[in-house]
Amino acid sequence: MFKIVNREEMSDGTVVLNDIEAPKIARKAKPGQFVILKANETGERIPLTMAETDPEKGTITVIYQVVGKSTALFKTLQVGDGYQDVIGPLGKATHIEKVGNVVCVGGGTGIAVLHPITRALKEIGNHVTCIIGARTKDLLILEDRMKAASHELHVCTDDGSYGHHGFVTDVLKEVLEKGETQQAVAIGPVPMMKFVSLMTKEYDVPTLVSLNPIMVDGTGMCGGCRVTVGGQTKFACVDGPEFDGHKVDYDELMLRLQSYCENEKQCYEEFCIMDS
Amino acid sequence: MAENAAKKEKREKIPRQPMPEQEPKVRAKNFDEVPFGYSPEAAVKEAQRCLQCKKPGCVTGCPVEVDIPGFIQLIKEEKFTESIRHIWQKNSLPAVCGRVCPQEIQCEGMCIVGKKGEPVAIGNLERFVADWERENGTGALPPKADPTGKKVAVVGSGPAGLTVAGDLIAKGHEVTVFEAFHKSGGVLVYGIPEFRLPKDIVAQEVNFLERLGVKIECNQVVGRTTTIDELFEEGYEAVFIGVGAGLPVLLDVPGKNLIGIYSANEYLTRSNLMKAYRFPEYDTPIIKGKNVVTLGAGNVAMDSARTALRLGAENSRIVYRRSRTEVPARGAEVHHAEQEGVEFFFLAAPTKFIGDDKGRVIGMECLKMELGEPDASGRRRPVAIEGSEFELECDLVIVAVGTGANPILTQSTDGLSLNKWGYIDVDEKTAKTTKKGVWAGGDIVTGSATVILAMGAGRIAANSMHDYLTLGW
Repeated sequence: MFKIVNREEMSDGTVVLNDIEAPKIARKAKPGQFVILKANETGERIPLTMAETDPEKGTITVIYQVVGKSTALFKTLQVGDGYQDVIGPLGKATHIEKVGNVVCVGGGTGIAVLHPITRALKEIGNHVTCIIGARTKDLLILEDRMKAASHELHVCTDDGSYGHHGFVTDVLKEVLEKGETQQAVAIGPVPMMKFVSLMTKEYDVPTLVSLNPIMVDGTGMCGGCRVTVGGQTKFACVDGPEFDGHKVDYDELMLRLQSYCENEKQCYEEFCIMDS
Repeated sequence: MAENAAKKEKREKIPRQPMPEQEPKVRAKNFDEVPFGYSPEAAVKEAQRCLQCKKPGCVTGCPVEVDIPGFIQLIKEEKFTESIRHIWQKNSLPAVCGRVCPQEIQCEGMCIVGKKGEPVAIGNLERFVADWERENGTGALPPKADPTGKKVAVVGSGPAGLTVAGDLIAKGHEVTVFEAFHKSGGVLVYGIPEFRLPKDIVAQEVNFLERLGVKIECNQVVGRTTTIDELFEEGYEAVFIGVGAGLPVLLDVPGKNLIGIYSANEYLTRSNLMKAYRFPEYDTPIIKGKNVVTLGAGNVAMDSARTALRLGAENSRIVYRRSRTEVPARGAEVHHAEQEGVEFFFLAAPTKFIGDDKGRVIGMECLKMELGEPDASGRRRPVAIEGSEFELECDLVIVAVGTGANPILTQSTDGLSLNKWGYIDVDEKTAKTTKKGVWAGGDIVTGSATVILAMGAGRIAANSMHDYLTLGW
């Protein structure tokens, strides 16, 4: 069993942080990599990118939003409980390079995934501008950590309850207009990554995105997580999860993410009834 | 002493004992095993048909060289426990082999009795005695050699890895198996359906090895969680790679990523390993189509098409680009599939998949094929017949056209020579790779094949590994 040693709830309990004891994984994991978690015997295998790793303590950190049965089930796990199975580190690590000026854009729980990458880009000597967004102030996570991980932090909320009233792309445009950006990283909901990439393409700024298709094994044996990048089929679990944002077929990904929406709804509703 | 004439006549009159099976239309709706297994009476009777040949062809037909006449004689004498012990000397997974081996091209294919009539039902007998031991046995273990103090790492807990583990633990070495999935068994657990190979049985076969002292660590992806070089640093002296050919092959035609188009690996892993056939009791979902098409005609395709029926398909069709003569699946599997209602469309291949506005597959456009000259595999090449387009309605497509070499381990290991398809090069006689202290066997060497061939490769590797650990490279 992989024990939870620390647990925090954010955004009104809709987002949960777990520090999990997984020394082998913690020692090897690099920014951008993910793990697959399974709570119990009947549970699904689901991927979550690591928000943090502590090789000395032997722990990894995942931050997830409760969106269905599996994440709702994870939320019931308290400190001292554990996941039956945690597998990793999976996926390719982010390619971190010193290029000059980098802009990191994060939305929703994508900010958790963005955090270690942003920090690594800063540590290697880039000037890092960070733009994070959420629907409303209460759903914004990790603001302090992102501030520490970057040189400049901009915050956006859809409803204007905090920071800039509008989308991350509004602020991004201002940054790109300066014409000094060498690299962009965008992690968040698929539509966000799509529109950020469309924008950076106009300014010729290479952009990395981290994709989140449905997965089963995470080791490249099933093809369930296949995405089309530059017209070619890639597996997000072994070729990714990061890809060239200008080449991803986002529309196809958005359709495939709906593969089980009826099953998901049924499961989640039943779980909520049982759990209440 | 020669059999006397009366005895011989009596033996020759015994027909091959039929295997009692579930009715096709009944079993097409459940995940229980199709065959019920022999009763002890039927087993003893069948055992009497064996000629106890002095030069048994059956043994040469067995990739792990089980002493078949030996174990059958013990069944005849109703010494079932001794019989299973006899099998264990050469085969540590008899309950599996008795169910999934293609006996018709191996032991039974060489049986002398089969030349004039039906061969001795060796597979059914092996299964009988393995099941009998599981249900009635004392649980006593075969003897182990004295500890050698040598540590061996096995990567992959499929049939090849489990065979290496079983052989080397018996020879006194310390064995740890590293498995990427959360359950051990490899293809036995994710690939072969419950109705052909119950997972409880696989678990018990694996448990047998654990009771012998084999350590199995799940959730370990060698190539990610750890590497082969790190295993050597940790004190393992020999490593066996049995990771299988776990890379799905998908068709490159328009519409290939519509919802409802699965690789057979994904479809079967969801159903078998994640038990999606018991959704929502188990959380992993699986798309249950009404009009299902399976592309391909190997054993995996049969498994997929038959699983679809059990998950509620009204039509489950196999679409294969060659003809019935070229079908690679075991005759028994094709027969079972047809009995259950799977339809076969030969000499047809898809040119594109058609989707609805939500991105779900609703149909498939196909072209008829005819067979031309043989290709590199020796089978006649299918050639499209121009203008022969036709459409098949389908809401679930399972692509079971083969698998390739998953690169997760090979790409992260220095010194391993691979062929151009990514399979590992090994010495035929020893299963040694080009990396010192590393052996490989099973599908990662040969490409996708059978459980028993993987076990045979494991046997060769284990012998060579034992020599290395006791004598040197």
